[in-house]
Amino acid sequence: MADRYDAIVIGGGHNGLVNAAYLARAGLRVLLLEQRHILGGATVSEEIYPGFKFSVFSYVVSLLRPEIIRDLQLSRHGLTILPLESTLTPLPNGDHIYRGPDPHETFRNISRFSTRDAEAYREYGHAMYQMAKAVKYILGIRPPDPTSFHPREWLALLKLGRHFLGLGEENLYTLVKLMTMSSADFLEEWFETDPLIATLSASGIIGTFLGPRSPGSAYVLLHHYMGEIDGVFRAWGFQKGGTGGVAEAIASSARELGVELRTNARVAKLLSRNGRATGVVLENGDELHATTVISSLDPKLTFLKLADPSDLPDDLVNAVRNFDTYGSSGKVNLALDAAPDLACLPGDGAHLRGAISISPSVDYIETAYDDAKYGKFSRRPYIDAIIPSMIDPDMAPPGKHVMSCFVQYAPYKLAEGDWESQREAFGDAVVDSLSQYIPNLKKIILHRQVLSPWDMEQQIGLTGGNIFQGELSLSQLFFLRPAPGYAQYRTPIRGYYQCGSATHPGGGITGAPGRLAALEILKDLRK
Amino acid sequence: MSTDFDVIVVGGGHNGLTAAAWLAKAGRKVLVLERRDKLGGAASTEELIPGFRFNTGAPDAGLLLPRIIQELDLHKHGLDFVDSPVAAFAPQPDGSAVTLWRDAERSAFEIATFSASDARAFLAFQKQNERFAEVIASLAQLRPFAISNNSIRLMTAWARFALGVRRLGRRDMMEFLRVLPLSAYHYLNEHFESDALKGLLASFSTTGLMQGPRASGTAFMFLYQQMGGANGGYRSSLVPRGGVGQLSSALAHAAQGFGAQVRTGAPVQSILVASGSVHGVRLSTGEEISAKSVLSSVDPRTTFLGLLGAPQLEPRISCRLRSLKLRGSTATVHLALNGVPDFPAATDPQLLTGTIVICPSLDYAERAFDDAKHGRVSTHPVLEARIPSLLDPGYAPAGKHTMSMIVRYAPYRLREGDWESRRERLADLAVETLAQHAPGFLSLILDRKVITPLDYEREYGLAEGGELHGQMGLDQMLLMRPVPGFIGYHSPIAGLYICGAGAHPGGGVTGAPGLNAARQANAELR
Amino acid sequence: MPIPTPLHSRTSTLCQTHEWRDWSGYLSAATYQPSHETEYFAVRNAAGLLDVSPLYKYEVSGPDAARLVNRVVTRDLAKCQVGQVMYSPWCDQDGKVIDDGTVARLAADHFRLTAADPSLRWLQDVGYGMQAEVRDVTTQLAALALQGPNSLAILRRLFPDPRLSTLRYYHLLQTEFNGQPLTVTRTGYTGDLGFELWIANDYAPALWDALMAAGYGYGLIPVGLAALDMLRVEGGLLLIEVDYTSSLHARIPQQKSSPFEIGLGWAVSLDKHDFIGRQALLKEKKGGSPRAFVGLEIDWLDLERLYGAANLPPMVAGRASRIPVPLYASGKHVGQATSMVFSPLLKRYVALATLRADCAQPGTELEIEVTVEYVRRRAAARVARLPFLDLPRKKAVSRG
Repeated sequence: MADRYDAIVIGGGHNGLVNAAYLARAGLRVLLLEQRHILGGATVSEEIYPGFKFSVFSYVVSLLRPEIIRDLQLSRHGLTILPLESTLTPLPNGDHIYRGPDPHETFRNISRFSTRDAEAYREYGHAMYQMAKAVKYILGIRPPDPTSFHPREWLALLKLGRHFLGLGEENLYTLVKLMTMSSADFLEEWFETDPLIATLSASGIIGTFLGPRSPGSAYVLLHHYMGEIDGVFRAWGFQKGGTGGVAEAIASSARELGVELRTNARVAKLLSRNGRATGVVLENGDELHATTVISSLDPKLTFLKLADPSDLPDDLVNAVRNFDTYGSSGKVNLALDAAPDLACLPGDGAHLRGAISISPSVDYIETAYDDAKYGKFSRRPYIDAIIPSMIDPDMAPPGKHVMSCFVQYAPYKLAEGDWESQREAFGDAVVDSLSQYIPNLKKIILHRQVLSPWDMEQQIGLTGGNIFQGELSLSQLFFLRPAPGYAQYRTPIRGYYQCGSATHPGGGITGAPGRLAALEILKDLRK
Repeated sequence: MSTDFDVIVVGGGHNGLTAAAWLAKAGRKVLVLERRDKLGGAASTEELIPGFRFNTGAPDAGLLLPRIIQELDLHKHGLDFVDSPVAAFAPQPDGSAVTLWRDAERSAFEIATFSASDARAFLAFQKQNERFAEVIASLAQLRPFAISNNSIRLMTAWARFALGVRRLGRRDMMEFLRVLPLSAYHYLNEHFESDALKGLLASFSTTGLMQGPRASGTAFMFLYQQMGGANGGYRSSLVPRGGVGQLSSALAHAAQGFGAQVRTGAPVQSILVASGSVHGVRLSTGEEISAKSVLSSVDPRTTFLGLLGAPQLEPRISCRLRSLKLRGSTATVHLALNGVPDFPAATDPQLLTGTIVICPSLDYAERAFDDAKHGRVSTHPVLEARIPSLLDPGYAPAGKHTMSMIVRYAPYRLREGDWESRRERLADLAVETLAQHAPGFLSLILDRKVITPLDYEREYGLAEGGELHGQMGLDQMLLMRPVPGFIGYHSPIAGLYICGAGAHPGGGVTGAPGLNAARQANAELR
Repeated sequence: MPIPTPLHSRTSTLCQTHEWRDWSGYLSAATYQPSHETEYFAVRNAAGLLDVSPLYKYEVSGPDAARLVNRVVTRDLAKCQVGQVMYSPWCDQDGKVIDDGTVARLAADHFRLTAADPSLRWLQDVGYGMQAEVRDVTTQLAALALQGPNSLAILRRLFPDPRLSTLRYYHLLQTEFNGQPLTVTRTGYTGDLGFELWIANDYAPALWDALMAAGYGYGLIPVGLAALDMLRVEGGLLLIEVDYTSSLHARIPQQKSSPFEIGLGWAVSLDKHDFIGRQALLKEKKGGSPRAFVGLEIDWLDLERLYGAANLPPMVAGRASRIPVPLYASGKHVGQATSMVFSPLLKRYVALATLRADCAQPGTELEIEVTVEYVRRRAAARVARLPFLDLPRKKAVSRG
């Protein structure tokens, strides 16, 4: 029967693709179903305006697991990550902080504000390197179940304990701090220059509904430090041709491994019989059969929509309902007629090939968060802008540019009005905030695309528009992700698995959930 | 070398006195040195306004470990609790009110009048919290373990504790682990729909914290505050008869009964150290008193950077003490009243005998915190008011009453102005907020006394006015408390221990740090 | 991008080779002329002038200044009188070396420290709670090193100050140049007679010119880092991040070293009151250190033999090499040579090395890895006493 597969993967985001590729690599006949016309999920490049290519949603790569790059031979399939090595923080008084690839230059730049901080910066990078090393181990393992009496789980816990004790006392303290503190508090133990703290702390709030002073945001700081590009820690990068290139590379590898990739195929329901998955039914009514079905969607869709909640235990249904997927970030993509010109550093320069961070003070970001807490988008938001066409000229017509602005905060639900009516007002707030530092910006905007969490939900199906498929908070990490007792990629329905960012180790373009889930599935199949 | 004492306890607050009494009972020669003229520290009852007595800092002693009462025989020394069937009464902006009773069933019955689903959820929620609070209570009596080189005895104690947690059952255990780092905001939203109930419950989830209910870890504080048990869903809040200060006197009597000496008006100026070991203290008069060990119940920053001095410590330790988050966030307004305030929502005068809480929603509490976060006094503060004179006549002259109101938030560091200029403004905001629920309240006020975080620092020696001696966030707990590198009650200086709220398990009138530190010091006394 | 030093206007016109190195973010000439050996010999036979401004410099002052500095360094500051300079390492709380440098006692409560790495934070943190101020003067103060046998004569031409002639090794003199305060210390990084001059940035170029003019006829030439590296190895002087790793930058604990392990045991005063790392160092002193810092001489004949087998003469670098090379004793790895140079004066191929303590006795026979025509070989080497070159003039005081 043509409609019969070993495994069906629901959702063609990067995790779904990785999962499918690994399963096919083990010899399974795999079908992947994507609802949109294009693969990639939040990892897509689209030519929204003729000649201008955008990494529509996710815009930087730093976390893609090196073992996946190797196993799926992604470099051969087009993965090319260009370095993004600097961050510029323009300040309201016309000054700026520029941190680039030359450590001495960065030292001098920070020294203008505080020599202590310049010195601390090197040690901070060093400490974060140690932390990334410590946590890297966790990224590569399936979370053990601390409540289980199974010797396998005990062994895993024991190994985990040994790993952490092996870090040494000082590193462990730092790790505990990272897991529990607010990013601003954590950074204030190192630094005294407010805009520096603000800019660094901003990577602790990206994608979360937390402010820099909210406990728990320091962990996200680390999450963003864990990136490796070909073995280089904490380097952000930009995929040539836009982030979609990452998904295309994985898809190409999957295709070569024999995965059947089907787009415009929205799954309506999981098929199951006697507590066992048997396939899926598409919205057009087609039934497709497989003994293994994997959902890379968020748990609300995986358990409450695709599966029948009445087939599931109450504690899981409750946990999934309580799973926090409240989105907080927006995206503004700009097509520009010319290069932006910064007031603090006029003209061309290396700073245009790095990130431009609108984070002049911790209070600025915290105030932006205050707006969001009560259902308003930030009137003065935190913005992380990059100009991909500066690094990869193919992204825009010659002389023209694309600018990608990641914006926080844009709460999923607005207290007044809805996103349909507020979207452009939000876009205006972003452009106004940027214009303060980029005086020529308004004059050079040709097109503008504004995306709210609600739009992300509408367009790519992320419930709540949370870019990590679910908040990266301590209560939703490791053996609690996405739900206590269901963190090992399996579900109560036999043959039904989950592999999205809502599973361990979480969001970002890591591919790790997809890979770890595949390894668990293969373990089950071998039994 | 002969010394004057086995142990000197610096600070005569409830933890210092607990430690002193326990050590004296164990046969040690103990001296307690209190800077002020009276004992009790922030857990005292004082006549702040002539004729009117107030529980100056802590409003109750509901968290006190029962074993301290038993082991030190505090009942014999005059400790007794006043109880009210009402735990908390929370008037709402719309004129209604929510009441929590000591009897949870009764509370549920009341909740049902405005939300059937909340009433259903409440009992199960309350039972779960009781189970969790019990785990935390047993944790409070354990000494934190070090990263390595733990004694077998300590590890056995922890293994027993772990087994206890496992005995919760698989589901509860997972839930416990999930809830600990959760915010009260999420925890309450997961269970309830009514703003009034959530606001009331959230009011004590940030006790002493410079955090709002959205902060991760406030669910832990929510559970910690229920450690005393028998609270019906509100925080444990029993008041000693005669005032909270009565606890301190009972402890002091007990300590003296066991032979300890207690000196008040004796400020310690420095802790004396020679080659890495403590050997006594010097008073501000210049008098030196030697001892084999010193237990400090003063907050860790003052103890180590003030009394001991940073140059005695490794730089990394003094850096950590400098960044210790104390962050006082609470002021108290004490009022002498000419009568009982009239709350139209209080259908029964008995309702006022518990805690009167103004915190109508989670957002209300969060907004109050927003002000503080930006260095301002909360425009719409969260209030926890008590009228102890309703149940215990000793507080005020006949026919008159005293009210003590905990006002949150009052940040220690104000962005504009100083506490001298903001003190009365804060009190005005507080009484006006309450007056919205009790017409005529303002005219009952005979006199008032405001204690700001700065006053707590100056008068009561709490650095930054931080009542917890170190904010009880997840980052300053267990082996991170007070700062990494201090294991248990030890400090880097041999013979010098912390026995105050800065040590595990933390703040509140529990006596646990005092008790635990005393046991540890006693075991190690040369 | 490295930036110019305060002396760049002078060094850049003299640097014929345009061979610059990045020293702490500053442009530093590696060589001025095509032959670095000329520069090397200038220092050993006449005089050389070096721009050492990129050194990090700190001033500590206030009533507790001595207490602060004494808590930082491992040597006993009580023995450092006003007018004296002291070389010392300093450690973290575990007794592992953070950095090494000099401490100049300008007044009873005023010190100037030099360091290889930025150290403001550490000095301030150690001094927290003391009445002392730590100021970073790195970017305000230029430093010139005048080194070599003729250095004293050149200085005397410029400064008729009679105190100069009697200025003892590791002592300082405060004088003036063009009306500006100038500190002259009899210190250096060459193992030779020499001085270092400390002056505010703006006056440094004029001082450079004056020195060059005074040195005319005395064989004075500017000297770059390539020659300096050879000089310091001969002098047995170690270099941070080459011969040892600062404990602040070590990635793993094994990369850290105690002062005992880098040959600075003599600079640890365990009996002085208290300093950072003392407890750990006391323990190490008692239990012994696992590693030792030694000199090493490579057996030239054996080297000739190895290269000869490939029909080559010994191919050794003319400059000092900073590439660590493994060392073996009875076939087992026992350490590494970290700086290596063929001494033009001694005609010996020597190295600074870190070795397992039991192999560190002078005279111990070892083997060193040598790559001969892409093939790894081992040549004989012997542990030698440091310094390789011990010049009496370095410390000598003239009597007039």
